[in-house]
Amino acid sequence: MIEIKDLHKSYKMGSNSLHVLKGLNFSIAEGELVAIMGSSGSGKSTLLNILGMLDEADSGSYVLDGVPIKNLNETKAAKYRNRFLGFIFQSFNLINYKSAMENVALPLYYQKVPRKEREEKALKYLAQVGLKEWATHLPNELSGGQKQRVAIARALAAEPKVLMADEPTGALDSKTSYEVMDLIQKINDEGNTILVVTHEEDIAHMCKRIVHLKDGVIVEDKKVEQVRAAQYVK
Amino acid sequence: MRFIFDRNTWQEIYGSISKNKVRTVITVVGVLWGIFIYIALSGAAKGMDNGFESMFESIARNSMFVWGQNTSMPNEGYKTGRQMQLKLDDVVMIENRIPEVEFIAPRNVRGFFGSPPANIGRKNKTGSYSLFGDYPAFTKIAPKKIYDGGRFINDEDIDQARKVAVIGERTQKELFDKDENPIGGYFKIDNVYFQVVGVHKYDPSGGFGGDGDIFIPFSTFRKLYNTGDNVGWFSIAAYDNVDVIKVEENIKNLLKNIHHVHPDDDRAFGSFNLGEQFNKIVGFADGITFLSLIVGIATILAGVIGIGNILLISVKERTKELGVRRALGATPAEVRNQIVLESVFLTVIAGIMGIILGALALAGISSATQDIDFPYTNPTVPIPYVIGALAIMVVLGTLIGLIPAQRAVSIKPIDALREE
Repeated sequence: MIEIKDLHKSYKMGSNSLHVLKGLNFSIAEGELVAIMGSSGSGKSTLLNILGMLDEADSGSYVLDGVPIKNLNETKAAKYRNRFLGFIFQSFNLINYKSAMENVALPLYYQKVPRKEREEKALKYLAQVGLKEWATHLPNELSGGQKQRVAIARALAAEPKVLMADEPTGALDSKTSYEVMDLIQKINDEGNTILVVTHEEDIAHMCKRIVHLKDGVIVEDKKVEQVRAAQYVK
Repeated sequence: MRFIFDRNTWQEIYGSISKNKVRTVITVVGVLWGIFIYIALSGAAKGMDNGFESMFESIARNSMFVWGQNTSMPNEGYKTGRQMQLKLDDVVMIENRIPEVEFIAPRNVRGFFGSPPANIGRKNKTGSYSLFGDYPAFTKIAPKKIYDGGRFINDEDIDQARKVAVIGERTQKELFDKDENPIGGYFKIDNVYFQVVGVHKYDPSGGFGGDGDIFIPFSTFRKLYNTGDNVGWFSIAAYDNVDVIKVEENIKNLLKNIHHVHPDDDRAFGSFNLGEQFNKIVGFADGITFLSLIVGIATILAGVIGIGNILLISVKERTKELGVRRALGATPAEVRNQIVLESVFLTVIAGIMGIILGALALAGISSATQDIDFPYTNPTVPIPYVIGALAIMVVLGTLIGLIPAQRAVSIKPIDALREE
């Protein structure tokens, strides 16, 4: 599903440049649930941004579902993001003047899905994250966990190839974190490919594979015994 | 262009502008004020223009009056201070020598310029009115509306010095009974019987003449008051496309020549050039119109710049939202279109509200000035002006919207998302 080869990225900071990614190689198969771990400054967010087509690598290749991702202009990148990727952010990034349902329907709007169909789909995914009754509520009427679930529904609504979660539990307490991870595991159970960037060990162990980044290189890439989050819930 | 007619686009726009109501209202007020000023000013200017026009409606716009005064210079053996008297022969000379003159009407009057008014009587009713001795050409210069069934003085009246008269509305009311047809009726002017041939309609907006004026043939007037060839003054209308000031000068020079007046004596003949006055007033009204146009457009511009400014701030506020939209698949074009459309939408809504308010204000001013003597009639803004203003607003709204839109697009989604 995802294949990167010899990926390099550096940022210019005034006169000196900062080499953030120093030749990364790995691939992710369909249906995997991968945690990308590392301390801050390890390059994990940069990697996710490149994988999410929000940023571009300096060199190396990136193939997503058989499509080489390179030399994208903004318009093309936007279309690919819309079609291939679903984003889940640490700070949820819901649009605060839109109801839960409208937020979920937003990626479908950019897919030019007709309004009726959009709303049906949005309700379906809201139901999947257990928030159907909250469809008409604005984000500020929801708790943190609920907001993240709306965000997950929004990421799912576009039916992307890969879900990318950047510290999805970073702003949540541990109980809600486990609920969210439980949801992510369930979505993965249905065959979705999911990438989770995190620095929390317990969250990482709820994935099936951990890629450990340090100073821009992969220091460890191992399959792990998945810890089900469901046991911590309730 | 399809996105303009897409309901979804408008839902997005509605969502984002109804999000911050205070911001939207302030933005709208800025442009609304601009267009309001524009409409109110240019409407008022037009009203004044119309007011002046209707003031001059009852008289040819390129007309003038010429009369005799006293000389101020000795000439050809005549001493200074000689009284000038216009003569009927002057008419022929002017007609022959000055081709720019379209109509010339010699006139005499009783009840003006120190002469006593004519005494009018019918049965037991009497009164004194201004009495004019006129040629038919006079109506070509200062049109008189005559009520149905009547007429003005004609050439045969002049030739035969008929004792006929055209009376005013007030004279009719005072001399005749309510249901009596005045046409064909007789009344006395200074003890001579005259037959009424017409009743002229009084035009309150016309600055000259009253509702009691009586017109009789020039030749009859001459007999009645023994005025001989003397003429009180000339009413003269020049052709439309000639320089009235030049014509006035030519006429006076010709008169000086005929009456043996020194060519440099400017006091011998008096004149009042309506055309010149009219041109001045038209120029003034044009100036006001132009000024209101400039002020209005400047105010609109200021309003639109305000919209741009506020949208720029709102883009800054919404950086994150726009980043999220981009991450979810909004193309730069979609983001840009949305911002520009927001700008245009706000501008147009504000514009339409401003136009409506401006129209209400004009209606208010109009009804307030209805009964007072002020040259202000029918203040309107021509539709092309309104459409033009709207078009300007759409164009300006688009242009000014492009600035925040470009800014919104220039922020990379990754930076937008990083911003907390």
